[in-house]
Amino acid sequence: MSDEALRLVGRPLPKVDAAGKVTGRTQYADDLTLPGMLHARIRRSDRPHARIVRVGTGSAAALRGVHAVLTGADLPVKYGILPVSQDERALAVDKVRYVGDPVAAVAAVDEATADEALRLIEVEYEDLPPVLSIQDALAPAHDGDRIHERAENGNVQRSFAFEFGPVDEGFQAADIIRDDIFFYGGNTHLALEPHCAIAEATPDGRVTVWSSTQVPHYLHRALARVLGLPADRIRVIATPVGGGFGGKSDIFAHEFVAAKLSMMTGRPVKAALTREESFYCHRGRHPVLMRFRLGARTDGRITALESTTYLDGGAFGGHGVASTLYTGALQTTTYQVPAYRFRGLRVFTNKPACGPKRGHGTVQPRFALEVQMDKLAVDLRISPAELRRRQLVEEHSRTVNWLRITSCGLRECLDRVVEASDFERKWGNLPPGRGIGLACSAFVSGSAEAVYRNEGPHTSVRLEVDRSGGVTAFCGETDIGQGSDTVLATCVAEVLGLSPGDIRLVTADTDLTPVGLGSYSSRVTFMMGNAAIEAATKVRDVLFRAAALKLAAAPGTLVAADGRIAAGEAAISLAEAAAEAEARWGPVSETGSYTPPDLAGPYRGSGVGPSPAYSYSACAVEVEVDPETGILTVDRVWVAHDGGRVINPVLAEGQIEGSVYMGLGEALMEEQAFRKQGLHRGPSLLDYKSPTALEMPPVEVITVQAVDPEGPFGAKEAGQGPLLPVPPAVCNAIYDAVGVRIDEVPVTPQKILRALERHRTGDEPRVGPGSVPEAPFRPAIRVQPPPDAPTLDMALTAAKEALCSGFPPSNTSGRARCGRRPTCWRPATGLPWPSPAGATCSRR
Amino acid sequence: MATEQSVSRAERLVLHLTVNGQTADVLAPACATLLEVLREDLGLTGTKHGCELGECGLCTVLVDGIPLYACLQLAVEMEGREIVTVEGLADGTRLAPLQEAFREVGAVQCGYCTPGMLMSATHLLATVPRPSEGQIRQALSGNLCRCTGYAKIVAAVSLAAHRMGGEDG
Repeated sequence: MSDEALRLVGRPLPKVDAAGKVTGRTQYADDLTLPGMLHARIRRSDRPHARIVRVGTGSAAALRGVHAVLTGADLPVKYGILPVSQDERALAVDKVRYVGDPVAAVAAVDEATADEALRLIEVEYEDLPPVLSIQDALAPAHDGDRIHERAENGNVQRSFAFEFGPVDEGFQAADIIRDDIFFYGGNTHLALEPHCAIAEATPDGRVTVWSSTQVPHYLHRALARVLGLPADRIRVIATPVGGGFGGKSDIFAHEFVAAKLSMMTGRPVKAALTREESFYCHRGRHPVLMRFRLGARTDGRITALESTTYLDGGAFGGHGVASTLYTGALQTTTYQVPAYRFRGLRVFTNKPACGPKRGHGTVQPRFALEVQMDKLAVDLRISPAELRRRQLVEEHSRTVNWLRITSCGLRECLDRVVEASDFERKWGNLPPGRGIGLACSAFVSGSAEAVYRNEGPHTSVRLEVDRSGGVTAFCGETDIGQGSDTVLATCVAEVLGLSPGDIRLVTADTDLTPVGLGSYSSRVTFMMGNAAIEAATKVRDVLFRAAALKLAAAPGTLVAADGRIAAGEAAISLAEAAAEAEARWGPVSETGSYTPPDLAGPYRGSGVGPSPAYSYSACAVEVEVDPETGILTVDRVWVAHDGGRVINPVLAEGQIEGSVYMGLGEALMEEQAFRKQGLHRGPSLLDYKSPTALEMPPVEVITVQAVDPEGPFGAKEAGQGPLLPVPPAVCNAIYDAVGVRIDEVPVTPQKILRALERHRTGDEPRVGPGSVPEAPFRPAIRVQPPPDAPTLDMALTAAKEALCSGFPPSNTSGRARCGRRPTCWRPATGLPWPSPAGATCSRR
Repeated sequence: MATEQSVSRAERLVLHLTVNGQTADVLAPACATLLEVLREDLGLTGTKHGCELGECGLCTVLVDGIPLYACLQLAVEMEGREIVTVEGLADGTRLAPLQEAFREVGAVQCGYCTPGMLMSATHLLATVPRPSEGQIRQALSGNLCRCTGYAKIVAAVSLAAHRMGGEDG
């Protein structure tokens, strides 16, 4: 459809579920109460790593008001969200692997009774040495400190190594090679709704589970496996999710516990977790140690990139294998990289398992790459904007690691952010203590692969039209606040000539709705939108056929608008057309589905990264740093996001603003940190700092609409991508403000002070990790790049006239410059500036 | 209230509460919080529970017009006081101006913080009819939101103030 023909797409319409949410009528999981409902509580390990010698449940079971007690023996079947990592049990069997690991569970008449029963459960442990860091995990593992029997090597769960294109040649052809080490600290989703599930087993052998989950379909499969029931006897209903951000896209112990306890007692059982438990459930951002080597010519063109990532995975696999691959997959999606080597590994540690959080596995390496690009720009005396602009990926191209790029609005994002923020004038020229930083990024609009291999569609929509003209959309996808219900209603209404509010929605119910894989990887708008358009188009065709008979017109001449189907002046209502169609051919019901194209590259491990389309973002951040206190204030953020055609600007802006907020929280304060014995440092909302309304700076949102040829009405994603450039832009701005590099996240005033102190004493003005450990990487799988990927020749023959006249290239090592301003390139008249960390000049 | 015997032997008291203009008698233990009584005894589940420690602001309600965290109030202390929850804001099916503004400008994403935000904002507009952006942010600083970055929430409060015709304050 052309822009002019769209009546709803692009309009700032309210969310279809907002009225329920502003009146308190929306029923989240914890708001549900069933007759006779019991309450479950879970006894969790207080040891980071220990053998379970004995679990005594006699006194707990005998307590008045207790209906059932569960231990690991009652739920022995292992599960895991990925087929390759079936390493979890709902309740621990032989050993516990982190503080918080579920050991036993109780169902009682109320929570107070259940809590009292938990205290009566006796658990005897035999402590094992805890493994709490990447370094610990990479040390030779003895029997006692191996966290899982099934691991690739000691506590290394899995490692990968790939090489695309002529990497060694690329580094040899480089004029400068940067070699930098970064650390991205772990943080958690902190959805305001704590996890909650309710289960009801009935005498007909069926079990219904209501859960605050982003992935009802995957939960459905796991429940069938663990409970030993046929999947068609299990019904999963995803309740409205009070915040997800990836934290509810795994499968959790309490979901099995509630179901099993209900099967044992014959009563409904609610398992509502506390805030503290939600911190221990986690599955959030992996702490990642990273070494990045970047080779470039003096004009800034990248000749080779090598990234090595070490993920601190916590106690279980979860999505971790995918997370590990994601730390390597998307580095090539913004700039033309002709040769790329990636090595990544994930270790098990005795901490809550990590997993996907907004930007899954790509946020950490994007931080490293964008800070390194900033360092390269400084080394080469090229503006960071210009350095990037010279080598942006092209639309309709492929990357060296076989990712297919279709629409790409990155150049417009960059140009508009640079212009809006006045970056070129400000960078290097703001008063002391003030600085501006820039970064770019890309993200998937859904993964082209499901988490388990299957031939089915990734999502489907079924539409039914009754003779009153009422349209109902059945769809398996889950609204987690991002507005997927509104997108569904909008897509259907657009095609049928109705309003979003006209569409009745039945979503995320495995008994009633076709399979949708879930709200993760920014897949829902793209995939569900396409399925909805297909279903609605089929319904419209049926209604047009019926209307054509009534109106004595050709179906091809009809138009659906405002609840009517018109042939010129003559028109009938949608209800009349529906009644006519039903009378002639039976009830009107059609389906639409979406399956991504086969986009995987010709190598094992290529399933992570391919997406039917990529979103693009650019971000500038202006900061103020107080050199006395180290306190950092973010004054303003400019963010441009190419999410394809915007289906609803209010929702899209909300996703972009929320992403910036979450990125700032990660950059400045949020940290999932643990004490020596594996205890969380502060599993509460006071101790785990997150930005309030007072900390949030103004955010200027620029929407760039590179209409995607395969997206629904040309749309791509907006929910995760805009987070990615924020943390590196903050750190780049700090450098511009005070000339120090903070190469790890979160940035704290202490780190800034330490870096400034090092600056004063003549040490390398930087805070960040100094080395990476030895690790048992396998030999790299060498992959021939696709023929249409950027080549080293392209980088080497880049036009000389592209050189920025203002900053002629020069020898970058041992140069001197004015000391006060790090980005001031006046001839050296002041203090010598320390040579950049890790930069080795190999100019020939 | 559990009909079966619980381990809890806490004495139960009859509490006379006034919530959203209605009086209600509730049998609850002396240790019950206002949040527990609202959600579990009165079925007013619009008020959310997020930490039960006074940290997140989800359970903000108005007590005699003042926004308080219901998780930190003992229900027994609420007798004789006017309690207003999110369920008490709309006039029948007609949304209050703040609710309408939240709906319209996209201040609601997952919606879990929304009831508490609305109560804090209701208090603000009752006391400062035309608040500055700084005043709005200050008034909402005890209510966390993880979805919106607060931008559209601040905009919604501002819009509601404008529509309610408040004088510049």
